[in-house]
Amino acid sequence: MDGALGIALGLIASGDPALMQIIMLSLRVTLAAVAIACAIGLPLGAALALSRFPGRGAVIVVFNALMGLPPGVAGLLVYLLLSRSGPLGGLALLFTPTAMILAQTVLILPIVVSLTRSVVEDLWAEYREQLLSLGAGRWRAVPTLLWDGRVSLLTGVLAGFGRASAEVGAVLIVGGNIAGHTRTMTTAITLETSRGNLGLAVALGIILLALTLMLNAAAWGAGQWARERLG
Amino acid sequence: MTAIYEPAPAILPLTLENMGYSAGGVPLLSGVTLRIPAGRRLIVMGANGAGKSLFLRLCHGLIDPTAGRRLWATGAARAEAQAMVFQRPVLLRRTAAANLEYPLALKGIPPHPRRESVERAMARFGLSALADRPARLLSGGEQQRLALARAWVMRPQILFLDEPTSALDPSATRMIEEMVMQFSDDGITLVMSTHNLGQARRLAQDVAFLHRGQLLEHQTAETFFAGPQTPEARAFLAGDLVW
Repeated sequence: MDGALGIALGLIASGDPALMQIIMLSLRVTLAAVAIACAIGLPLGAALALSRFPGRGAVIVVFNALMGLPPGVAGLLVYLLLSRSGPLGGLALLFTPTAMILAQTVLILPIVVSLTRSVVEDLWAEYREQLLSLGAGRWRAVPTLLWDGRVSLLTGVLAGFGRASAEVGAVLIVGGNIAGHTRTMTTAITLETSRGNLGLAVALGIILLALTLMLNAAAWGAGQWARERLG
Repeated sequence: MTAIYEPAPAILPLTLENMGYSAGGVPLLSGVTLRIPAGRRLIVMGANGAGKSLFLRLCHGLIDPTAGRRLWATGAARAEAQAMVFQRPVLLRRTAAANLEYPLALKGIPPHPRRESVERAMARFGLSALADRPARLLSGGEQQRLALARAWVMRPQILFLDEPTSALDPSATRMIEEMVMQFSDDGITLVMSTHNLGQARRLAQDVAFLHRGQLLEHQTAETFFAGPQTPEARAFLAGDLVW
């Protein structure tokens, strides 16, 4: 164990190119997935909060349930979609970073949708009469509500980032853990540990933990600042 | 004032014909027939639960009557040139000035004249020093002043106020009353609910007295305070609990 930790710190300190490549790919995939999930999930969640249609309750329950979708199942779904015989097989996306982004988007989207729905619904209950009185209709209110709920929404986006950066199953299935191409921090940890190459695994573990810690510290700081500054 | 505001067509008088509202089969307000002419100060009085807030919301158009009609002089069911100040104003999580800009942006007024209007309103309501402060962190009195300023930038012909001072201390209340009178001096029609008798006497030109969802009296203030015609209104003025 001591040996592994020593090797790990050495790898980090020397900025080992293989290590850096894995970190950069992981960040690229997860950040892209978070961005896409937000672009779809924020407006979708807000629309779900403000609309009334038959079956709305069922849609909400499904999105809530999908927050717990096992990464392996999400990976399998995207795999079936992108495999050679699947509906999108012609795009030849399987075992590429794009496929991994897609799989992680599927994992994060329900979190962003559900949290946005809940935050916007509460805010709308408080703001509805005032906004209508000021001349903002239901749909014009969406950007206003998203902006006023920004601090709470940030927490949800961060939870999504945390889930995507920590999961192995989805990226492993659709990415294939190909060295230098689709190997992320989590898939590398799994592989290197099983090969007994603990140094690299521990190095990646340390970086993953540090990254999560930094992000949460930043989010907490932003929340505190907003509460003091914006009320 | 400036060319950005088109002279709006007169929306008053507001005519209510047998207006009523029921929820789940329970009538909460019924048979209200009333004409609100331009330029007057109408105070809506009544005990808690008499239907004052509901009456204001129906007039303002936040909800539609389930019976009867609400008719503006323009013939429209919902008029543009109106504003409402609530008991507890909802201010957006942005600066005081940005809260005033918001309704103007909704109206599509371009940034430059928008900022001019906001500055004028901030000065008029004594808020200039607070322009860059987050609205949610202002005191209760300051928040209500900001809500009045926000109503004012909208250039309403009629302003509804739902117990605007019930959560404020006496000095903040006095300040709000003075500002409400300034709206009236500008020719803006006021419809305000209160259960504060002193406030009603200070501000009212006309009085509408509601009791259990019915409009029992509609008089000039002088007539109403000199001698209400119904026993319910007499009891209310005498300070008895009326149920």
